[in-house]
Amino acid sequence: MRGQLAALSIAAVVIIIGVPLWWRTTETYRAWLPVSQIQELANLELQLSADVEVVFARGTVTPEQQKKIPLTLSQDDEHVVDEDTSLRYRYETRYRTATIMEEDALNQPTAAEADLSLHMLSESPCGSLVVYVVPESTSLLPEDVEVYIGQRRTALLRIGTQMRVGRTLDQLLDHLEPRIKKLLQLMSFSHTDITAALSDRVRLSPGNKESIADSMRAFKSSPGYEITFSLLNPDPKSHRLHWDIEGAVQTFIQPLLTKLEPLANFSIDSQILYYAMLGVNPRFDNSHNAYTLNADSLAHVINPVEARLGSNAASSNPVLNFLLYVPDANHSPLYIQDRKKQQVPSNAFHSPRWGGIMVYNVNSFYGPDVAFPVDININMAKVMGVFLAQLRLLLGVQSSTPPPGFLVAPCGSSGLADWELDRLMWSRSVENIATATTTITSLAQLLDQIGNIVINDNIAQQVSSAVTSLQLAVAELESGNLGFALQYSKEAILASERAFFDPSLLHLLYFPDDQKFAIYIPLFLPMCVPILLSLLKIASEVRQRRRDKQTKTD
Amino acid sequence: MRYVHDLQLLVTLTHPKDDFQEELVIRPLQSGDVYASFQFRTLWETDFMKGNKVSHYRLFPKSLGQVISKFSVRELHISFTQGYWRTMQWGQPFMPSPPGAELWVWFQDSVTDVDGTWKELTNVLSGIFCASLNFIDSTNTVQPSASFKPLGIGNVTDHRFLRYATLPREIVCTENLTPWKKLLPCGSKAGLAVLMKSEKLFHSSFHSQAVHIRPVCQDSECTTTSWELRQTLNVVFDLHTSGQGKREWSLFKMFSRTLTEACPLASSSKIYIDITDNPQVSFLHNILSLKIQAVVLGDRRTFSVYDLTEANTFGSMRSLNLLIRWKSSEGDMLRPLLHAERYVAGYGLQTGEIHTLMYNYHPFRSFPILLLDSVPWYLRLYIHTLTVTSKGKDNKPSYIHYQPSKDRVRPHLLEMLVQLPPNSVTEVTVQFERALLKWTEYTPDPNHGFYVGSSVISALVPSMVAMDTNNTKERPLFSSFFPCKEESSYFVRIYTEPLLVNLPTPDFSMPYNVICLTCTVVAVGYGSLYNLLTRSFQIEEPNPRLAKRIANVIRRLRGVPPLA
Repeated sequence: MRGQLAALSIAAVVIIIGVPLWWRTTETYRAWLPVSQIQELANLELQLSADVEVVFARGTVTPEQQKKIPLTLSQDDEHVVDEDTSLRYRYETRYRTATIMEEDALNQPTAAEADLSLHMLSESPCGSLVVYVVPESTSLLPEDVEVYIGQRRTALLRIGTQMRVGRTLDQLLDHLEPRIKKLLQLMSFSHTDITAALSDRVRLSPGNKESIADSMRAFKSSPGYEITFSLLNPDPKSHRLHWDIEGAVQTFIQPLLTKLEPLANFSIDSQILYYAMLGVNPRFDNSHNAYTLNADSLAHVINPVEARLGSNAASSNPVLNFLLYVPDANHSPLYIQDRKKQQVPSNAFHSPRWGGIMVYNVNSFYGPDVAFPVDININMAKVMGVFLAQLRLLLGVQSSTPPPGFLVAPCGSSGLADWELDRLMWSRSVENIATATTTITSLAQLLDQIGNIVINDNIAQQVSSAVTSLQLAVAELESGNLGFALQYSKEAILASERAFFDPSLLHLLYFPDDQKFAIYIPLFLPMCVPILLSLLKIASEVRQRRRDKQTKTD
Repeated sequence: MRYVHDLQLLVTLTHPKDDFQEELVIRPLQSGDVYASFQFRTLWETDFMKGNKVSHYRLFPKSLGQVISKFSVRELHISFTQGYWRTMQWGQPFMPSPPGAELWVWFQDSVTDVDGTWKELTNVLSGIFCASLNFIDSTNTVQPSASFKPLGIGNVTDHRFLRYATLPREIVCTENLTPWKKLLPCGSKAGLAVLMKSEKLFHSSFHSQAVHIRPVCQDSECTTTSWELRQTLNVVFDLHTSGQGKREWSLFKMFSRTLTEACPLASSSKIYIDITDNPQVSFLHNILSLKIQAVVLGDRRTFSVYDLTEANTFGSMRSLNLLIRWKSSEGDMLRPLLHAERYVAGYGLQTGEIHTLMYNYHPFRSFPILLLDSVPWYLRLYIHTLTVTSKGKDNKPSYIHYQPSKDRVRPHLLEMLVQLPPNSVTEVTVQFERALLKWTEYTPDPNHGFYVGSSVISALVPSMVAMDTNNTKERPLFSSFFPCKEESSYFVRIYTEPLLVNLPTPDFSMPYNVICLTCTVVAVGYGSLYNLLTRSFQIEEPNPRLAKRIANVIRRLRGVPPLA
């Protein structure tokens, strides 16, 4: 009896103390992760709110109508992209009549001047728009122009011809609405842009090839970019090239980058590479008396050059490469041909998500009987014009053609209008949110699947801060604070990547459970066998005793 | 407008902001080997200091420039060496370097987190040079207090901004040479770098490549500063064995290439051939060469110089292939005045003793040397056993800087200023105990042993020229009476051999064996305890003894009643 009690209590000690103790001491450290919040993020419901102010100038509405103008009106537009993602666009429209100062501004002789003085009056915040409805008889707009889009966040809209004073206000608003909507899609965000930005989360439906090509061309959103200009001089023996890259960057590139400051940090550097060859030998074309590179071979040009370019040692941001290739004296002039065998007028091409290459022929700078080496000054205005256009494309500044009746003001010295920046910020915020949510959810999924990975506190902290930033970014988008939304989405993407690529997540990946058990078999087997045997014995004895008792009662 | 452009062009041409020079020194060694030393120097008149952002590169490589400006580096010296420089056979090298990789960096005084910056810098450099510099961490980094002073301008001598580390185990091969060559403006397409064919360079007794970056003065008044990037490559070719004992060499034989042009970007491109010991030099074709004399490492040498920027250097063949034949090994090499070696003594796997021997061969002058030893933490130095003896007598160092190690955190650092008496051997010994490592801390192949980096000996050595009173022929008589005249001493840095120390190495199935053994012991103990606790014991009727049984059987046979 005493032995049985002892066996039972040992078994109890082993089960109550021994097994949990072993379990605790051999388990891997896994910090707490906000799993439920991550799952909420996996189901993304984005709401984009844009503030629109519609200002009626004098002569567009009658005083009676003026009294009836609704103060605000909000319009919702819902799209379900796939089962996990849905989008809702909300336009908060406010109506008012123009102030006296604005009337003065609208009386300027040209639209551009009106645009400037309206901007001086009040600066509309990032992401919002002001539409001035001007009377039919205005002199600001040319005859055939219905809508003028300025350099900032304002647009001028001509009230329609058939809309005379006397019609009801509702009809007036109904008439304005489709045009305002078209304007909004051009100036803030359109559904195609936003779905393209979601491409990290959602597989794009095949069919709209154009937008896929557009979204593939631009660099992925990143908190910083490195821009590198390289001058390739394959023949330093004959050409001594001088380029004033410092001045050219200051004049041509820096204004654009200053404008893009809220979007990302940019750093610029330049280098000169000697004896750098292209990957293909250009063919001599007798008809043009020049060497040509055709469109098919352009794909092979980059690789050998890339080995020389060198990666950026000091940061891990994506690099935009712009190469200026000066062909050697024996292979000049060199022209790039497109698929239709026509010479490309800019003599340049770009490679999606990589950069651009321009060929700069210098053979016309010297005669046939010149003494090498020749000193050549490169015309930087010509070069930078091409590179600036490529840079805009690669950064995703879309220059979509405006619908008929729309006039877009030429962008000024900065090369980028305010509303273009807004448009970029909308799609970048959405893209950042999409990327960060995918990263965080896949990290959570991975950690959930592999139970052996150690989750350190710093990773948990990064994950939590990413989740918080994401929630904030979504909330800010919802309330229409575009600047803050972008800021939070950048923080989210940084934190999520830091957590995802943390090296500590790889440590114990290959130490599976079965090996752990194999190691402890020599302990478990001799311990458990006597306990099990004595438990069995106790059970059989109890059964025996019961049977004995039964026979006794019988 | 055009005129203004031209004028600007003229200005930029006459005052180039950067300058590139290349040179190759070839010195036949007394042992029959040939020492070839390449040096490429890029000077760039710019200011990296005080947070100035520099981003437009011409001759200076962009990757290094970015590293310097990002990490606020004041000076950077990195070398990769395969093989050990045999000072006693080959003399003093132009650019000394220890076997393996060596990196020392002076940071600018604006850097606040030096250790963090150092860690990041080593990671980036390991990417640039394809080397395992990322293994540099706090356990092999030291801050020497006196041995490594800045070589460029600048008055920062606070050694908080200095970091020094060596990786003696590092193997140097082609993958390190390729990125090194990429830093040259002409790459390996033109100029002297054409000769760098890796299969020849690594088929040698000694190979060392280095990069040195430092700020230097542009002129004597130091009104403008510039950055100097010096890339050096030193090779010792073992032509004696590969040339079947014939004592001749040529560029083609050594490098299997010949030269056809200088790098067009170089402002000077020269080959120096040391003909001091061997004035009879023959060439494939007659090329005019300049003879110059220079005092190199305290010794007066004669060089013949070939200027590659001049077209007639290449002759009618349009290619330069120098060929030199020399008479059998007569004339002895001037013995280097300072020499050092090091070994581990002792037996067993518990304690040992490090011996460092320093030889001063100068007949009558003593000079001080600075000895730097960085020993990993797993050799626990007993610093009270440190002895310095020369000529059988105790030699008291005039300066000792010792920083004890911390396990798994930092190594020992020992720096001493020792006076070496003339014509003597000075021996430094210190005992150590070998530590037991954790089983994850062992390197792959732990039975090979653990490397301890070379000791570094820095000294101002009296010049041979000053010592040599016989060699007065070339000098005017009035200048040669007192032995000390020009350049009375010169700076030398010597590296000893790295040590290979065996540590007690466990059998690596040990953890499993230990677990099995412990488990078995626990199980046996547990089993008997369990039995004691759970079994009930009863006294049994003892069996009749064997003798009694046999007796009973016999009794039964006899018919006698059996015993009870």
